[in-house]
Amino acid sequence: MAQMKPGEVAIISELEDDILSVKLMEMGCLPGATIRFNFSAPLGDPVCISVSGYELSLRLEEASTISILN
Amino acid sequence: MKIALVGNPNSGKSSLFNILTGLNQKTGNFPGVTVEKRTGFSKMPDQTTAQFIDLPGIYSLYPRSLDEQIVSEILLHHKSPDCPDVVVVIVDATNLKRSLLLVTQIIDLGLPTVLAMNMMDLVAKAGISFNLIALSEKLGIPVVPINARTGMGVDQLKKVLSQEVSPSTKVIFPVFDEAKSGVEELRNELGIDNNYEAYQFLQQPTSLSFLKAQERIFIDQVKEKHKFFPGKFHGAETVQRYGFIQNLLDEVTLEPANENRTSQSTRFDKILTHRIWGYAIFFGVLFLIFQSIFAWATVPMDFIDGLFASLSNYLNDVLPEGPLTSMLAQGVVPGLGGIAIFIPQIAILFAFISILEESGYMSRVVFLMDKIMRKFGLNGKSVVPLISGVACAIPAIMATRTIDNWKERTITILVTPLMSCSARLPVFTILIALIVPDKMVWHFFNLQGLALMGLYLLGFAAALISAIIIKLLINVNERSYLIMELPTYRWPKWSNVGYTIVDKTKAFVFEAGKIILAIAVVLWVLASYGPGDHMERAEEYVLQESENLRLTEQGLEDRVAAYKLEHSYAGILGKSIEPVIRPLGYDWKIGIALVTSFAAREVFVGTMATIYSIGSEEDQTTIKSRMRAEINPDTGGPRYTPAVGFSLLVFYTFAMQCMSTIAVVYRETKGWKWPMIQLVYMTMLAYVSAFIVFQSFS
Repeated sequence: MAQMKPGEVAIISELEDDILSVKLMEMGCLPGATIRFNFSAPLGDPVCISVSGYELSLRLEEASTISILN
Repeated sequence: MKIALVGNPNSGKSSLFNILTGLNQKTGNFPGVTVEKRTGFSKMPDQTTAQFIDLPGIYSLYPRSLDEQIVSEILLHHKSPDCPDVVVVIVDATNLKRSLLLVTQIIDLGLPTVLAMNMMDLVAKAGISFNLIALSEKLGIPVVPINARTGMGVDQLKKVLSQEVSPSTKVIFPVFDEAKSGVEELRNELGIDNNYEAYQFLQQPTSLSFLKAQERIFIDQVKEKHKFFPGKFHGAETVQRYGFIQNLLDEVTLEPANENRTSQSTRFDKILTHRIWGYAIFFGVLFLIFQSIFAWATVPMDFIDGLFASLSNYLNDVLPEGPLTSMLAQGVVPGLGGIAIFIPQIAILFAFISILEESGYMSRVVFLMDKIMRKFGLNGKSVVPLISGVACAIPAIMATRTIDNWKERTITILVTPLMSCSARLPVFTILIALIVPDKMVWHFFNLQGLALMGLYLLGFAAALISAIIIKLLINVNERSYLIMELPTYRWPKWSNVGYTIVDKTKAFVFEAGKIILAIAVVLWVLASYGPGDHMERAEEYVLQESENLRLTEQGLEDRVAAYKLEHSYAGILGKSIEPVIRPLGYDWKIGIALVTSFAAREVFVGTMATIYSIGSEEDQTTIKSRMRAEINPDTGGPRYTPAVGFSLLVFYTFAMQCMSTIAVVYRETKGWKWPMIQLVYMTMLAYVSAFIVFQSFS
């Protein structure tokens, strides 16, 4: 999902990183959940997404472990 | 009755705690650990008094930072006397889905639980409507709608709490079949009364510090025997819980949200995280903070200074002469004054930090700064401790607990004391006044002001450079991440800001206070006693030396004081380190000031006053003119040349001259290793830089 553009919406298909996936899922990023890419920080990293009804920020490195369908 | 408040960060937990307990609260520490524990008491409707404990915000029972670990430990250690009788889980009802994950985990622990649905006003605004009766039935626990900002529903919550609350009969997550036999064995052997508690012991024994060594070994054996390997189960548990939550929400949500609330927040973010405006606003905020610390705090600081000085004089006058009076008037009272004088700056700084946190802006600062800070081995979350360090390193170091990565947290702790704290300011002010001319450059900048700003920037640059170097030296490859909620912007709740100010100021007064006070007394002893008869017969000696000078009574007194200091243990120490500090351009008099300010830097000015026989009144202009007149016998010129002055300034910028900080770092890092490393590297940095400065200027 690191390639998403502001305003785009997608569905999480898979969490690729075993260790991060645990934390991401606790924060509501579950496979099948809808995410919206809101904006990125001025230096391009981290980024802000909407998921499970709230706003979450994560680094590009973490975002790239989330595979999406759109 | 002990009631614990648990909830996600930004769920309004602190507001609820403040409403419940009012000023009837105190901050302490959990036994054996360093995490602050806020407790308070509240009168219940049945006239009993209940104790409330405010626990740090968490998203799940699987901890990642120190703050989070303490919550898991409190809730999972059912046999501990600290284990709460009832748990109130407070949730942001506009964000119910994610909040319910923690709720379901706590229900499964089998503790009596009450769900407080906060922010019901915003729920109404967003057009959401829940069937709370159905929610309560499905979860098997009482559900109380509240608004922690106005206090609505809090009486109802108290009423529910004063009735018997029993644990939920529902089991939301029955432990996996693979773990059943292991859980069974643990429950029998360790006498654990709940499946999920035992399951947690199997899942994460290493993050539960209350487990004894033999219990850990036993848990490992059980895991081995029943072939239970926790890895994949944590994720599977989360998925299963969210499955339950989704079904639950489908049943209890009568009306879902319209999208307005978050989009409003996003509009703010368009400006506040803009590539130009974002940073401009952030630096504007920083400027405002510094401006108020330095300009507005001086009025109350001068007042406190004067108050303690007159108290000291008053005690000297009214009490009978003797060592006790002297200790009280010259040791204890100035020591207390030395603590109290920093209160205004610390209070102002934490007022700002609390407002920024309450409003949700602080998360955006982390968001803006993360990429930059990472280059230096720090974390976006290091920004808060670094800013706080400008007032005082003690609360700043305590603020590093939110950083979940051990390496980034340690680096932040190690470099934070390089930020110029308020204790350095009196030293800077007097030295700058001495060596930098009071001139305007380009009709706008005051040269002295520029010099002061330069020193702050120097401290900041040193912090960043040290961070890079330490980053390369600490060879730990722990994964760093930043998965952080960006809370919706809200208007700060002023009473919460007030409570934070009181809380942080108290923490400073007690943490730093007891050490500064103890040191003040030790210094008084060192400066008032000495070997031989020099101390008792100081007056005779001075009279002999200055027979030809017709001294006034005051002049004689001041000379006696200076003579005493020279021959006291402090004076001897100053003289004995003279060979070491001579390459920096210092003499033994400055040596005494260095020795005394090793405990707390601000003592420098007072020591200077005594050494140069100006008596106990710390009048800046007198000290300044006396220091200016001091002659260096080797050169015949003034002692405080620009070279010496700058060398001292650089030394005070870098040196770790604060016993209280060392004590706090010891507590926060649980050992002497890091405070000692910090002491050594900062002292070396100070010594070498001061040496270079002195040698290249002279």
